[in-house]
Amino acid sequence: MARAKVYITLKEGILDPQGKTVLRALKSLGYDEVGDVRVGKYMVLELDGDDKARLEERLGEMTEQLLANPIIEDYQMEVEI
Amino acid sequence: MRFGVVVFPGSNCDHDCHYVIGSVLGQDVDYVWHGSTDVAGFDCLVLPGGFAYGDYLRTGAVARFSPVMKAVEKHAAAGGLVIGICNGFQILLEAGLLPGAIMRNVGLKFICRFVDVRVETTSTPWTSAASQGQVLRIPIAHNEGNYQVPPEVLEEMKRKGQVVFRYCSPEGSVLPEFNPNGATESIAGVCNAEGNVLGMMPHPERASEAELGSADGMVIWKSLLAHCGV
Repeated sequence: MARAKVYITLKEGILDPQGKTVLRALKSLGYDEVGDVRVGKYMVLELDGDDKARLEERLGEMTEQLLANPIIEDYQMEVEI
Repeated sequence: MRFGVVVFPGSNCDHDCHYVIGSVLGQDVDYVWHGSTDVAGFDCLVLPGGFAYGDYLRTGAVARFSPVMKAVEKHAAAGGLVIGICNGFQILLEAGLLPGAIMRNVGLKFICRFVDVRVETTSTPWTSAASQGQVLRIPIAHNEGNYQVPPEVLEEMKRKGQVVFRYCSPEGSVLPEFNPNGATESIAGVCNAEGNVLGMMPHPERASEAELGSADGMVIWKSLLAHCGV
């Protein structure tokens, strides 16, 4: 059994309304050091198999096909055997 | 003319569409369950508003894999008419039948009110009975209506006349203060290059009788009927 993590964020250059709202809230709480906030999604998947390369390839397909929308989102992923 | 209103788990404007097509327009109309793989015999398919699959993951992201969508894609590829309204528009975007993507409204609020939209082209089956620049008063009801599209794709869409509706002032001026959701260039509705697939955030089925506050949505239905020679 392997465990996969997928991180999805809005692409650079695309306005992130939630990120902007969180940024304003942090500023109003006095956290002046915060420059920008991007809000994303974090998913954890359990995968059958122990061939890491194969699982990464499959996870890439899953992410492109369903988990992320490549028009507006970027993603990173990790597979731990 | 025969219409099919696709029903996904979570659709909630399906009955409104069915009512307008059947009772107001007097056309043949049937529901099509999302599990169906056969849409033969329909001239126009309607993907109604709602919250298909609870809007989980992204709006339309799961619904686009419903069995019926393969049939919708085939219907569209063969030149058949398809209109996606609100959630239906979001599903068409996720399915890649229309360019671009939808994001959360800039103000992070669900907006349910009448807006004004300007007809940007009359060269589509959906707007042929309208006049260029005509302002339609039609309600929106969405949390995710912020239409985004890469600049190079948008330029091509503009060249091909695929921007169909823009949010505007009551007088027809496209200004930032009349853009309710942050959509790129105030875009409220787009079609594919061929024109047979339309997606729009406003709800024409909620503005098809004067008793409901506006009958401006009728121009879209009338265009469609005229296009099909009804």
